[in-house]
Amino acid sequence: MAVDEGLKSELQKQGIFVLPFEQLYNWGRKSSIWPLQFGLACCAIEMIASAASRYDLARFGAEVFRATPRQADLMIVAGTVTKKMAPQVVRLYNQMPEPKYCIAMGACAISGGPFKDGYNVLKGIDRYIPVDVHIPGCPPRPEALIHAIMTLQRKIANQHLEKNQRPRWYDKNEASEYPIPSYGGHDLQPPANLEVWQPPRNYRDVTLDEVKKA
Amino acid sequence: MEAIEKIKEIAAQVVPGAKIEIINSTPAAQQPALLVDREHIYAVGKFLKEDPRFQMDFCSCVTGVDYLPKADKPGCIEVVYHLYSTTQKQGPIVLKVRAPRELEQCHVPSLTPLWRSCEFQEREAYDLYGVKFNGHPDLRRILMWDEFTDFPMRKDYTPPADYEWEPTPHDDTLDRAVQEGGIMPPTAREELERAKKK
Repeated sequence: MAVDEGLKSELQKQGIFVLPFEQLYNWGRKSSIWPLQFGLACCAIEMIASAASRYDLARFGAEVFRATPRQADLMIVAGTVTKKMAPQVVRLYNQMPEPKYCIAMGACAISGGPFKDGYNVLKGIDRYIPVDVHIPGCPPRPEALIHAIMTLQRKIANQHLEKNQRPRWYDKNEASEYPIPSYGGHDLQPPANLEVWQPPRNYRDVTLDEVKKA
Repeated sequence: MEAIEKIKEIAAQVVPGAKIEIINSTPAAQQPALLVDREHIYAVGKFLKEDPRFQMDFCSCVTGVDYLPKADKPGCIEVVYHLYSTTQKQGPIVLKVRAPRELEQCHVPSLTPLWRSCEFQEREAYDLYGVKFNGHPDLRRILMWDEFTDFPMRKDYTPPADYEWEPTPHDDTLDRAVQEGGIMPPTAREELERAKKK
């Protein structure tokens, strides 16, 4: 954008804003993230508190909790995802229209938390769907959720619409649906979607080149 | 309410042939329990519910206990019922019934026909311990999914082999990490600094 900064600021004083379309578009998107109205456990209580008057998620344009995935932009996975619930969570995420985002809220949603060794708890929702922001905490305070929303807003603001950098959802060939795991005799099948998630590796096995690259 | 010995005596008279035993855990529990054989548990329950001296009209809790076999005695699955009387404001009377651990023989009579509140709790006991309740109107899994084949609260249950390395292991994961020699590694940053010095 070849607009002189001084001129830009002078115009702004007159109520004229000169900015790339992309910026305007992203400003609109990031200021109206509608979350899916959906909670799984105690983290949902904190999510509700964030939306209520004291913390007032409306300041960030994210107060419109939609009761249907068809109208939602953001899935806040708030709470323990049991293996029995996991297929339904993935299905709801699949039903959301692009562009869609996911926040994993709390220790359980990001890793299984205190129930990690349990037979019935999924060890993190990022095994089946891509997560944009992880919030640690048990449960995270509303401030933490607000911080996650702001982090997501920054992420949205930085997305480009140009051809080679454009987001995933503009490509017709990109899948916006993720395979729904099925109930197996002992565990979910498959236990993780390896296209979106890789098991953690021992530090020993990480090579120096990989560290440098990261 | 009468002492547990008295209840046992009365029940044994009313239900002929019932093998009733008083179970006192060690150290002695506040609530000793009546262990009744499988054939007569329904009759004893019915008696406790209908007898004007007890009127146990409310079953508050049904649960299972898994006893692994020991050297001197075989194992069993125990089902425990906690009964209260809301009309006489008394209780609990604790009823226990035992079944062998082998899945084919692991069944006890359902008490759902006596107490409606048993329905979901017996389903839960079936789901987690694999004990079948004969006469239950709708015996299927309640917490785990229908396709699940294990009974996860049994002591010999083995969870799916989903071990994966983690940076702060504990318990079983720690043991496994030690076995694999993957515990307390130099962090990636330290490794990088060491390489820089060289």
